[in-house]
Amino acid sequence: MAAHSAVFSVSKILTSFRGGHLGNTAKVFGTTVTSQRNKAVLTPPPAKYGGRHTVTLIPGDGIGPELLGHVREVFRFSCVPVDFEVVNVNSALETEVDINNAITAIRRNGVALKGNIETKHTMPPSVKSRNNVLRTSLDLYANVMHCQSLPGVQTRHKNIDIMIIRENTEGEYSSLEHESVSGVVESLKIITRNNSLRIADYAFRLAREKGRRRVTAVHKANIMKLGDGLFLQCCREVASGYPDITFDSMIVDNTTMQLVSKPQQFDVMVMPNLYGNVVSNVCAGLVGGPGLVPGANYGRDYAVFETATRNTGKSIADRNIANPTAMLLASCMMLDHLKLFDYASSIRNAVLTTMNETRLHTADIGGQGTTSEVVQSVMRIIQSKGQLTAEL
Amino acid sequence: MAGSAWRSMLSQVVGAVKRPALSSVSFSRGMQTVTLIPGDGIGPEISTAVMKIFEAAKAPIRWEERNVTAIKGPGGKWMIPPDAKESMDRSKIGLKGPLKTPIAAGHPSMNLLLRKTFDLYANVRPCISIEGYKTPYTDVNLVTIRENTEGEYSGIEHVIVDGVVQSIKLITEEASRRIAEYAFEYARNNQRNSVTAVHKANIMRMSDGLFLRKCREVAENYKDIKFTEMYLDTVCLNMVQDPTQFDVLVMPNLYGDILSDLCAGLIGGLGVTPSGNIGANGVAIFESVHGTAPDIAGLDMANPTALLLSAVMMLRHMGLHDHAHKIQMACFDTIRDKKVLTKDLGGNSKCSEFTAEICRRVQDLE
Repeated sequence: MAAHSAVFSVSKILTSFRGGHLGNTAKVFGTTVTSQRNKAVLTPPPAKYGGRHTVTLIPGDGIGPELLGHVREVFRFSCVPVDFEVVNVNSALETEVDINNAITAIRRNGVALKGNIETKHTMPPSVKSRNNVLRTSLDLYANVMHCQSLPGVQTRHKNIDIMIIRENTEGEYSSLEHESVSGVVESLKIITRNNSLRIADYAFRLAREKGRRRVTAVHKANIMKLGDGLFLQCCREVASGYPDITFDSMIVDNTTMQLVSKPQQFDVMVMPNLYGNVVSNVCAGLVGGPGLVPGANYGRDYAVFETATRNTGKSIADRNIANPTAMLLASCMMLDHLKLFDYASSIRNAVLTTMNETRLHTADIGGQGTTSEVVQSVMRIIQSKGQLTAEL
Repeated sequence: MAGSAWRSMLSQVVGAVKRPALSSVSFSRGMQTVTLIPGDGIGPEISTAVMKIFEAAKAPIRWEERNVTAIKGPGGKWMIPPDAKESMDRSKIGLKGPLKTPIAAGHPSMNLLLRKTFDLYANVRPCISIEGYKTPYTDVNLVTIRENTEGEYSGIEHVIVDGVVQSIKLITEEASRRIAEYAFEYARNNQRNSVTAVHKANIMRMSDGLFLRKCREVAENYKDIKFTEMYLDTVCLNMVQDPTQFDVLVMPNLYGDILSDLCAGLIGGLGVTPSGNIGANGVAIFESVHGTAPDIAGLDMANPTALLLSAVMMLRHMGLHDHAHKIQMACFDTIRDKKVLTKDLGGNSKCSEFTAEICRRVQDLE
């Protein structure tokens, strides 16, 4: 919870500054930090009983419930030993009860699969984005997205293979805003050393694990000298501990420009929250759209899987035209996390075969198939591989 | 009265509309002074190229060269040299080359300083696909209008405790209203159909919420123009898949920075993108937005297209449409022909050769 406590401490510090009690500030911040360090690495026990895992399922809004329904269908069909605990979050309500229930369920189970929860911004600013609350409460500090060109999808650029690691809890998404004078709003962007080091370390470790050669840090330190300067400095520090991996940095506007002209030059990218939002959406667009790319949010103790671009898709909800690929691939990532590798690869292969060989495409990638047709095709392919399945 | 003066001033910032030469501000006859800021790196070379082409086109422009390296004024505040400020205040029109911005160093960014000095609140970047310069994206025709004074680039940062830094993003009612009004005026004057506000109000509820509210309010007065709102991530996603769906985009500072560069990338990069900054007192500075390219400075390899197209935008702003049209035609014809192109456009000619070719075409068009 370093981010959460850092933010909380910031507000504490600000109030103590105004109060004039400078002596307390170091103590307040000091205690929270040291308590984090002293806590033993406590991995919660996996929610696995009788060989079956329990995973929290948050349907969300828009196309979420539909697609997650298909995921459950495919899992049931392939006899995957996963049970889902469904927790509904009603985005129309102003209370936090629903989202707190969801967070408790994820703490209990350790793993979740979710659709995007809509944020109605007509509600008062005290009602924060539910997705954001979930990410910060569970300290899911790393958002990982792997963008790969799929041979079956027609795009302007080919041979893209980029891993994007985005800091998920602080930066511009700290939701600290105030209107000090009427008509003037200030929004705080917080960058901390702890979180920057943590995300940089995650990025390099992942790069080494996957055999990647280069990590690029994306920033805007020429304008935000202290904030992004700190982020960049932390990345450099971590990079010095990984001499086998090349490290370079690029300013965010140049990055987007390079992405639309020559995306093949990028390998692994690490960046703070807002730039991560922009870059991940650009990359998702480059490989074929929001319906194709899965995303994962990792924390120290928990993992939540969803589609990478986090779209609610209200306009295409319940019309059987949404692309189930992203959600199905996200569920495969979840199965990998649960160490059910065989099931994961069987479903993944089936999805990719449908995409690349059978070429059954939904409308968003230029085809005419419906969601259920794609799912049926996936299930047929799984069955044809000869594994144990339920009836079709 | 103030409103109509505002309107007539704004209606002069025309992109591609053919208007009669007689405008309410008499720029058409006689020599008009323009403050030229060559800048650093390749700046001097490309400024010389533009001056040559303007001479060949016989444009009635008198250039006043000025340097804007920051100096410390009385009271310790960084400011631009007083002779540069005086020249700009007099001529009201400026053309600027690229300026160096050091990363994480002492004085504030020069571009930011210029913006603050002249209150250049709107950055306008028309992104139109260039025939003859192929990119994976064709038929791009959009304009990004970015709020240029506040937002994330307010430059207010503090170290709270060692290891925790906060940057403040400032959104004010006044600035949001001003940029929204400019965007709609621009759309109306340039026959654009829709204005899209780009925001992230689901996360930054109060700040982007305020920006959005102001845009909605201003949209009420411009019923002839369609107004939509879109999240930043959705815009990015759709932009790389189908840029033809966008028309005029208005947004706060940071999103504007990223999106305008993204759109520049769609049409071929900063080497071919024009840009204009509009200020509060009738001041307008047109600039090339690429970097100083120190690695090719002085080697006669630079591409002057960006500065040239910005200068063309400037001519249109001043009402000199004939000259603007001639120079633009000459430039586009040269690029379409593909015989004499600088290295970044895919050829291997020198900057001087490219410039000479455009000069020749301009004279042929006389």
